[in-house]
Amino acid sequence: MFVAAMIGVLITMLLALVRAVLGPTVYDRILAVNMFGTKTVLLIAVLGFLTGRPEFLDLALVYVLINFIGTIAILKFVHYGDMSHSGQETS
Amino acid sequence: MDILIYYTSWLLLLCGAFFCAVGGLGILRLPDFYSRQHAAGITDTLGAALLLIGLILQAGLSLVGIKLVMILLFLLFTSPVATHTIAQAALQSGLKPKLAEKERDG
Amino acid sequence: MSNFVDIALLAFLALVALAVTRTLNLFATVALTGIYSLLMASIFTTLDAVDVAFTEAAVGAGISTVLFLATMALTTSHEKPHHHHNWAAIMATLITGSALVYGTLDMPHFGDPQAPIHQHVAPHYIEISPNEIGVPNMVTSVLATYRGYDTLGETAVIFTACMAVLLLLQRDRRGGNRNVMAVPDADQRRGGQSMQHAMILRVFSKFFIPLIFLFGLYVQFHGDYGPGGGFQAGVIFASGFILYTLVFGLEKARQVIPPRTLQALVAFGLLLYAGTGIATLVMGGQFLEYKALAHEATHGEHLGILFIELGVGITVAAVMTTIFFTFAGRGRS
Repeated sequence: MFVAAMIGVLITMLLALVRAVLGPTVYDRILAVNMFGTKTVLLIAVLGFLTGRPEFLDLALVYVLINFIGTIAILKFVHYGDMSHSGQETS
Repeated sequence: MDILIYYTSWLLLLCGAFFCAVGGLGILRLPDFYSRQHAAGITDTLGAALLLIGLILQAGLSLVGIKLVMILLFLLFTSPVATHTIAQAALQSGLKPKLAEKERDG
Repeated sequence: MSNFVDIALLAFLALVALAVTRTLNLFATVALTGIYSLLMASIFTTLDAVDVAFTEAAVGAGISTVLFLATMALTTSHEKPHHHHNWAAIMATLITGSALVYGTLDMPHFGDPQAPIHQHVAPHYIEISPNEIGVPNMVTSVLATYRGYDTLGETAVIFTACMAVLLLLQRDRRGGNRNVMAVPDADQRRGGQSMQHAMILRVFSKFFIPLIFLFGLYVQFHGDYGPGGGFQAGVIFASGFILYTLVFGLEKARQVIPPRTLQALVAFGLLLYAGTGIATLVMGGQFLEYKALAHEATHGEHLGILFIELGVGITVAAVMTTIFFTFAGRGRS
């Protein structure tokens, strides 16, 4: 059954990849990359159980953090053009 | 009892993988960006939660189980915030959702 | 079964690499490079190299993507298309590639137990490491003790890279203030909308960033028992600071951690590492021979590994944060 779960997650990753390559707008691509990251987390978790090495879960935890930070960074860049903008109204 | 847990986690893993695949199909086939976010949201919440709960049932109450609970909590917290931020950035930059055409009279 | 996963991941990797070369939109290229790093980390995981996968995920998918984006803020967003083929370059690539592939035909098969790397050094480490050092994670024991001098060199390389970035890119105070003037332009471009909408992100980040730091501390000190160690923990710490900068702005982040403090920390980590080596010299052993640090050999090893991992972690965190501050401080001017 881990095999079936892994195949499902791999298929989802492939579909997200296709959207990342196709996506007409830039936000489609950001969405696809975010989804790819969370699927990687699931893949690592299932892989850890499949190979009997639960140390992989530390890896999955790191990916959750990195995926989130990467998505926010991409959004800041696309929306504001640089990374130093604070988002506060300046007056 | 063990057999029950085994088969329940089997079922949950399969359902989780199925919902992930459905969401993946949705992100390809849905017409515009805002509806694709719904598809991605399905994979991030329903698919991930079912998959991880299935794994938690397998692991039981141990360090592995607690780490899986933490992964689930982090995912459930960060995915909605990321989705909200992406949608808001798209809306603020002027991306319009694809609405149904209004019926024109006569 | 694991063969199937390997083949699938490698096929994805080839697809993504092809897409990276063919896409002209630089932003899509950066996003695809992030996916490439995630795939590499997954492949490392299937190869049982968890520490490497950890570092690849944190550095490749996190920091590298952020730095690429900060660089793209300084340049155009589209690559110019090439309409002519450069035949000399294609021939040179083909010849070199074939020579390399021909060279690999002589190497032992993948995972062959008779390969030379599995005959001499690796079994020696595997046999004597638990008794001599007593640290369950053998990667840490090799990295920190048996090859500790190499790791000192690597930390010095990271330090040098930070120095180079600072020398080339850092502006003075007056240049930094100019960016504050650029901010209203960004607002006017977007129609003057304020970002009070970012409240959800702000509140969530206030809750989430301490958890990131806590996780970084866990990875730092748990590196003896599971995957982790100084490099990975440093990158996670830097990611926490980067998230703070992204959500609350560069000026506030500079107030939280002044750049002078960061530069001092960059030097302090390396000094801690080298200082441990000098301490072992003073206590009567050789350079970086941690046995000399305590009365019992394994205690000395544990103490030595603790200090040098701390040094590596501090340096890496400070270097990554400094590089990010320097890149982000350029902005569009």
